[in-house]
Amino acid sequence: MMSNQQAILEIEQLSVSYDAIKAVKGISLHVKQGEIVALIGTNGSGKTSTLQSISGLHKNNQGTIRFEGKDITKLEPHKIVAAGISQVPEGRGVLADLTVLENLSLGAYVRKDKKNIALDLQSMFELFPRLAERKKQLAGTMSGGEQQMLAIARALMARPKLLLLDEPSMGLAPIIVKEIFQAIKKINKDGVSILLVEQNANMALSAADRGYVMETGSIVVEDVAENLRSNDIVKSVYLGISN
Amino acid sequence: MLFQQITNGLTIGMIYALIALGYTMVYGILKIVNFAHGDIYMIGSFLGLFFLKELQVPLFVAFIFSAVVTALLGITIERAAYRPLRKADRIVPLISALGVSTFLISVAQLIWGTEMRPFPTSFGSKTYVVGSVTISEIQILILVLSCLLMVGLHLFVKKTKIGTAMRATSINLTNAALLGINTNRMISLAFAIGSALAACAGIMVGIYYNAVYPTMGYMAGINAFTAAVLGGIGSIPGAMLGGVLLGLVEALAGAYISTQYKSVISFAILIIVLLIRPSGILGKKEINKV
Ligand SMILES: Nc1ncnc2c1ncn2[C@@H]1O[C@H](COP(=O)(O)OP(=O)(O)O)[C@@H](O)[C@H]1O
Ligand SMILES: [Mg+2]
Repeated sequence: MMSNQQAILEIEQLSVSYDAIKAVKGISLHVKQGEIVALIGTNGSGKTSTLQSISGLHKNNQGTIRFEGKDITKLEPHKIVAAGISQVPEGRGVLADLTVLENLSLGAYVRKDKKNIALDLQSMFELFPRLAERKKQLAGTMSGGEQQMLAIARALMARPKLLLLDEPSMGLAPIIVKEIFQAIKKINKDGVSILLVEQNANMALSAADRGYVMETGSIVVEDVAENLRSNDIVKSVYLGISN
Repeated sequence: MLFQQITNGLTIGMIYALIALGYTMVYGILKIVNFAHGDIYMIGSFLGLFFLKELQVPLFVAFIFSAVVTALLGITIERAAYRPLRKADRIVPLISALGVSTFLISVAQLIWGTEMRPFPTSFGSKTYVVGSVTISEIQILILVLSCLLMVGLHLFVKKTKIGTAMRATSINLTNAALLGINTNRMISLAFAIGSALAACAGIMVGIYYNAVYPTMGYMAGINAFTAAVLGGIGSIPGAMLGGVLLGLVEALAGAYISTQYKSVISFAILIIVLLIRPSGILGKKEINKV
């Protein structure tokens, strides 16, 4: 692994297993301060398992995960959030029986600065005006796109330094996907580093600075996003999933 | 007669509701039935008796002391008997629960003996007549204190940050953890609150029937669990509603049909409700088989 001074996240030789299945096989990757890094790959290649490991959801994995130079491999999930890593999980993970406002407030659970929380809530409503109209609505009654917006806004309420996004485009209409990706770029401009997992390679690589391609638990290619878009393997992965 | 039965039914229904809350809060988060909960209630009752009789504290202090100690007991039981089995097959914590239940009953028998013990308090026996209804002081206490506790719990889970985090944990443990919620702490809290409510119920029942004994948690536990399922297990308002309904049905069935068949009638109603609404009256999600 190259040593990188400004790497906010460094993963070395990470392996994740489920009983007999080895889902992630010793991968190494990093995210530099301020970057959007795409992690693309077909279904079942181990992307979600990787993100879950970063968030501390798998305890019997191997390898090292460092955040801002500190080893977080064995930290509990809530401590990882407090350290500055938030995740928008696959399938959005909104708490269906809670209102939009309750979901957003819980996003700030690790924070104590009440005044700034109120300000951040306002900026979330500016980022996603639709959420403002639906404050009192139960999260589970909203459309998929609105739930994705809520999930992203909720993750931001923790004021993360690193945001992990697991397939934010999943199951959404192209126009909504575009809206979500615009928001992702804006969030990044505001200083949040992003690790973006996607099957929609095209979308992901147009937003990302760099990217990794994963296949059956291993990283097979790593390059700047521009090069990846013209890479043959990526083309095949991309073609493999779009119609 | 009718109003008298309604009063009596509400009294016992409130008790069921308080105990049912413990079943439902734990089930809501961990999806396990804490079959030792009835025995936690029994220990709470004995502790109340102990503080009242041995330490001679005032009744309300006995309530507080017993609630606190029983809450700690609940937290300890979760740590020792359930947490190590979090990833195990679902039958395993069930067996562990039966072990804890037997353990608690044995401990109570060792310390306090197997005999039924009276509850030595002058409070509770005085009665008032309101229209056609005779209501005792202890019944008033049960109705009022139970309502206060339930309103308090409702406000806690709905209005406070920690209460909302507890609901979040109950909806989805993993997603709650991803928000920075210490889910193990929420689980401890659910056990603590459930056990404290059961302790209060135990003391009130001890006074109401003037009897405390090591196996008192058995029937109370079954009835309260029935109430939780009737209302929709996992649902807090469901446990309250289920408890009150079950108490009313029992009292009315006992008065107008037969005391011998009152349990049969409550179970028949449970089965009918579950046939119509498998997840209980206020339950939402599909119930996983226990
Ligand atoms: N909880 C689990 N139990 C067993 N196998 C799992 C579990 N989660 C994922 N897997 C397996 O691990 C592999 C990687 O899955 P995942 O990380 O979800 O990939 P991706 O997100 O790239 O689709 C797949 O073969 C999947 O079937
Ligand atoms: Mg996935």
